[in-house]
Amino acid sequence: MRELRYREALREAIAEEMDRDDRVFLMGEEVGYYQGAYKVTEGLLERFGARRVVDTPITEEGFAGVGVGAAMVGLRPIIEFMTWNFSAVAFDQIINHAAKIRQMSGGQFACPIVFRGPNGAARQTGAQHSQCWEAFYTHIPGLKVVAPATVADAKGLLKSAIRDDNPVLVLEDERLYGLKGEVPDGDHVVPIGVSAQVRDGDAVTIVTWGKMLHMVLPACELLAKEGVECAVIDLRSLRPLDLGPALASVEKTGRALVVQESWPYGGVGAEVVDRIQRDAFGALKGPVLRVTGRDASMPYNKHLEDLTIPSVDTVVRGVRAVLAW
Amino acid sequence: MAAPADELLGLYRQMLLIRRFEEAAAKAYSQGKIGGFLHLYIGQEASAVGALANLDAGDAIVGTYRDHGIALARGMSARACMAELYGKVTGCSKGLGGSMHFFDAERRMLGGDGIVGGHVAVAAGVAFASKYRGLKEVTLCFLGEGSVSIGGFHEALSLAALWDLPLVVIVENNEYSMGTPLSRTLSVHDTSQKAHGYGMASDRFKSDDVMEVKRRVGEAVARARETSKPTLIEVQTYRYRGHSMSDPGKYRTSDEVELRKKTDPIVKAESDLRALGVTDADLARIEAEVEAEVEDASRFADESAEPGEELIEAFTYA
Ligand SMILES: Cc1ncc(C[n+]2csc(CCOP(=O)(O)OP(=O)(O)O)c2C)c(N)n1
Ligand SMILES: [Mg+2]
Repeated sequence: MRELRYREALREAIAEEMDRDDRVFLMGEEVGYYQGAYKVTEGLLERFGARRVVDTPITEEGFAGVGVGAAMVGLRPIIEFMTWNFSAVAFDQIINHAAKIRQMSGGQFACPIVFRGPNGAARQTGAQHSQCWEAFYTHIPGLKVVAPATVADAKGLLKSAIRDDNPVLVLEDERLYGLKGEVPDGDHVVPIGVSAQVRDGDAVTIVTWGKMLHMVLPACELLAKEGVECAVIDLRSLRPLDLGPALASVEKTGRALVVQESWPYGGVGAEVVDRIQRDAFGALKGPVLRVTGRDASMPYNKHLEDLTIPSVDTVVRGVRAVLAW
Repeated sequence: MAAPADELLGLYRQMLLIRRFEEAAAKAYSQGKIGGFLHLYIGQEASAVGALANLDAGDAIVGTYRDHGIALARGMSARACMAELYGKVTGCSKGLGGSMHFFDAERRMLGGDGIVGGHVAVAAGVAFASKYRGLKEVTLCFLGEGSVSIGGFHEALSLAALWDLPLVVIVENNEYSMGTPLSRTLSVHDTSQKAHGYGMASDRFKSDDVMEVKRRVGEAVARARETSKPTLIEVQTYRYRGHSMSDPGKYRTSDEVELRKKTDPIVKAESDLRALGVTDADLARIEAEVEAEVEDASRFADESAEPGEELIEAFTYA
């Protein structure tokens, strides 16, 4: 075990996979000479050279498409979006091309590509730069979506994503890049489509992912002081979705809460709620509730931003609301 | 004071206001009074000031996240701009937009857009509306040289040329797109060449002399107003600060920056003003006025109220 930062874990995953496999290359804005807008790719240009670490102009649709084409003929591109907000410009390539190639070609062409970058709100970056993209992309058959919340998972899930024969979208988080955590030595690979129970409890099952895990765990500590012990499931992969551990926990607790940063309308949380009520209906003592971001574009003002994103406090209130049934 | 100096004096004052405003903003940012991204315009002032000097009240402006200069040049108050940076309800976007999203409907300032490229098409749409209504209004759109490869820019140019829209697109070539010099983002050195494929008029000049910027952009504005033809302009300029406050600017040398400061548009305007008979005392008076205006704006921003929680959802729908 070694302690790394989240950004270093991602970098290790990229570097190790590039060492393993010459087909793997990295492409995106400021990934090379500038060392990455958020320093995830620091040192990679020096180590692998400009053939494999490719700086692009601001052309998201173009370089996402170049990635798709290269992937169709056997390369394994890692496409960095400076933030996922800019993937909107590449929506067509991800949704109409990457996701559909395999099906449309009757299985003749695969698209083994990784799209990655920070997702969700950073700090006061306003309406256009603070969005969560999981609802958009998990909607699409043919795409896999992962959202590592821990440093070890950042490395392990990215390695799996690079080795996967499908398009895999890795939703990182700017607020997590500096997070420190233990990472197992060696070739640490975390399979896609396996969730993790990170806390046990008998009161409420909380299902979450990404940055919100770090709101949920402190909330659980506060509640534990009152004798309320919550179980916490970190989904890790959002598509495919593994609700096995969550359902097993709900069988014990009879209560569930989903905590997500993204907007309430539709989305991953709604999918989780639907599956829990279908597959664990008999065990439920009340409705499955959600704590979500507020249903509005992100305001710039700090105070309003804090009110818009779920906090430790709103998670605690969410648990109380579930328990009130 | 000599009469020919009056016009330049006005433009000089605007440039100075932008610079002092942004210096104050940089300080407030380091004190934690401003958050998020803060992209400074320092060094590029003559571009916005010279260009906007050609506009009438009915004309429109669409810009990028680097928008403080065009906002102030459009006559938006330093108070409303600074309060927006501080996230206050008295700000030009009620504290909801921040540095990248300055808006002012009355002055037809339509942002402050943070996603590269898309706003050029929006600007074409504003020009389309002017033509649709039969009004002789012009839309001015600003973007950076690093943004001329993206689809939104090209689709907008293609449509503006096809439909003869009264649009002037100004590429501010400050030589860097974040940390990337133009030579690594583009296969040509002159972004105004992009006009050729669309059969559009183009021009290219330096931003050192604000009067020259005014004159050259004026030709394009007249073309748009009189003949409803679009123009693509490259203004060659330079930013002294990093891409945003979080950029240490390691991709260029301090010698390079110092060299470029020698052709500073404010310094040039000052020496031109002196040659026209403006005295040191006149310049000192303007400096004092501008400083007072910026101090007042900072105080106003400090003392203004935060937007209330009810504003979070208030503007989601009409
Ligand atoms: C579609 C999109 N991709 C990436 C970004 C991130 N980004 C913001 S500004 C910028 C550089 C733009 O450089 P340039 O066009 O030269 O304008 P300047 O900042 O120099 O004024 C980048 C990459 C963005 N805002 N939108
Ligand atoms: Mg630039």
